Amino acid sequence: MHPILGNLRRLIPYLLAWLPLSGMLVYLLAVPGGLTWMEAFALGIPLCLLYGFMCLSAWYSCRWTPLDRAGALQLTLTHLLGAIVVSGFWILAAKALAHEFSGFSAFNGVEPHLSKNLPLLFGTGILLYLLAVAFFYVLLAVQQSQEAKEREMKAGVLARDAELRALKAQVNPHFLFNSLNSISALTSSDPAKAREMCVLLGDFLRRTLGLGEKAAIPLEEELSLIRSFLAVEKVRFGARIQMEENIDKDALDVFVPPLLLQPLVENAVVHGISNLVEGGSIKLEIHSHNGTLSIAVENSFDPDSPPRRRGGVGLANVRQRLATRHGSLASFDVKTEGDRYRVTIKMPADRREHSS
Amino acid sequence: MTQPIEKKFRAVIVDDEELARQVLREFLTMHPEIEIAAECANGFEAVKSVTELKPDLVFLDVQMPKLDGFEVLELIGTNAAVVFVTAHDNYAIRAFEVHAVDYLLKPFGCDRFEAALTRAKERLGGAASMSQPATGRSAPSPSDLAAAARPPAQYLDRIPVRDGTRVFIIPIAKLDYAEAQDDYIALCSDGKKHLKQQTISSLESALDPSRFLRVHRSYIVNLERVARIEPYGKDSHVAVLHNGTQLPVSRAGYARLREFLDR
Repeated sequence: MHPILGNLRRLIPYLLAWLPLSGMLVYLLAVPGGLTWMEAFALGIPLCLLYGFMCLSAWYSCRWTPLDRAGALQLTLTHLLGAIVVSGFWILAAKALAHEFSGFSAFNGVEPHLSKNLPLLFGTGILLYLLAVAFFYVLLAVQQSQEAKEREMKAGVLARDAELRALKAQVNPHFLFNSLNSISALTSSDPAKAREMCVLLGDFLRRTLGLGEKAAIPLEEELSLIRSFLAVEKVRFGARIQMEENIDKDALDVFVPPLLLQPLVENAVVHGISNLVEGGSIKLEIHSHNGTLSIAVENSFDPDSPPRRRGGVGLANVRQRLATRHGSLASFDVKTEGDRYRVTIKMPADRREHSS
Repeated sequence: MTQPIEKKFRAVIVDDEELARQVLREFLTMHPEIEIAAECANGFEAVKSVTELKPDLVFLDVQMPKLDGFEVLELIGTNAAVVFVTAHDNYAIRAFEVHAVDYLLKPFGCDRFEAALTRAKERLGGAASMSQPATGRSAPSPSDLAAAARPPAQYLDRIPVRDGTRVFIIPIAKLDYAEAQDDYIALCSDGKKHLKQQTISSLESALDPSRFLRVHRSYIVNLERVARIEPYGKDSHVAVLHNGTQLPVSRAGYARLREFLDR
């Protein structure tokens, strides 16, 4: 979309800006060119406005040869060629206009007068075209910086959105209701266990509440959050949940966004283990290698369960948070193999001296 | 104990969490008139127990392995009074649409449980007297109710069917076609036919219309299975499936097929 041609509110000031130029052209045609003032006015003003239109085409060639990427030779050739062609057409238009005017008695000398001045007109056309090229490069730069600003703002809003949603989703209310129901069962049959579960649940809630304000936490902290989450779920599901961990020691002090892994583990329970009569295992693998942190959460699931019960909003949220934080440097993959569901995350390992 | 002996009710508890079953069991101990006939930890067990034991009362969780509570209810029929017990409040409307007696939200207290039990007993008492006189019109089957209660814009992704106490699950992609047979529909999948008590119209409304088409008063076909349409007789057609089965296509069905193919 042409920025000027497609917008009347820009086209009019643009053409007005050509008016002083048309004054110059009239002067050029009259004084050094030797046309009568009337001829110069009659030809110069419409020709200049017409040329204003023709120079709009320079925007396209500017777009095709961006200053920062095109070589000097390409730049020169493109615009010189553009200038010659556009100015050439302009000359033809000038001749046609002069021919039209020559029908009137007051203008009968205009054609020979003009043809003497064609080289002058041609040179002016080339200069004006190059002026337009410079103008469009400035316009493009302004446009680009505006777009960059907008993009940045949009990315910021997206990132905040994802974070907010992550925080809102930090405690799944159904997890809470089911846990409270388990406590309700235990109060009469096993009060000590009921108290233990209250403590576990309280521990988990306190951790999640504190994490909301932090931008990143050491992996070790996220892991202990996951362990307290699983401790609560183990009371509910009993032997149905098996946990396997394979975690590099030197990955523990890598910083990760809070609540990045907990939704993956919760997903493994809600969409995997809880649909299995005999339960199953959740395997957590974390390795740090060459500045990359790789995390895999694998769980058993019922392949007969409908696919929409397998993934959740939690996964989409984790994927989005990773993308807004690390862009293409992070990857998020979901793979199902037989009755195993595996989510793999790779992201730059963020190591800091001390936490913020 | 001079009171007249109350009629004994038999109850089945269905929940995959042991502790959740324990709460119900504990509250029921205060009611000697209710006997716990079975406890089930998943949907398959529930269907089996309920069909075999024919309890009066079923406490049913919604999210369970194998079959969810609604699928269980669809397969066991509505003779028993069903009380849904779940932590999710978003199934309540569906629950009442399939004629559940009550909907208990976990965690629940003794009072709330008692209220549910009272309602269930009322339903059971009323049902006994109501079911005696022959009503002119037969009640809708549980599958029809379940189909009607399905949330809009969400189509079936699998169909549970029961043969005696055994449950089969037909993933929707494996359903070749469905055929109406009196009060039943025959679901054809992998060369086998499974009977289910449901009307063909309610099945039709629960299936994704971009994948399944009613080609005849008595037939719904999986469009992916149709190999070709052939003329048959003067102005009717047959749909030939990839496995060679031929299904009649009515004139209206042919128009719908054409409309679909032209899209």
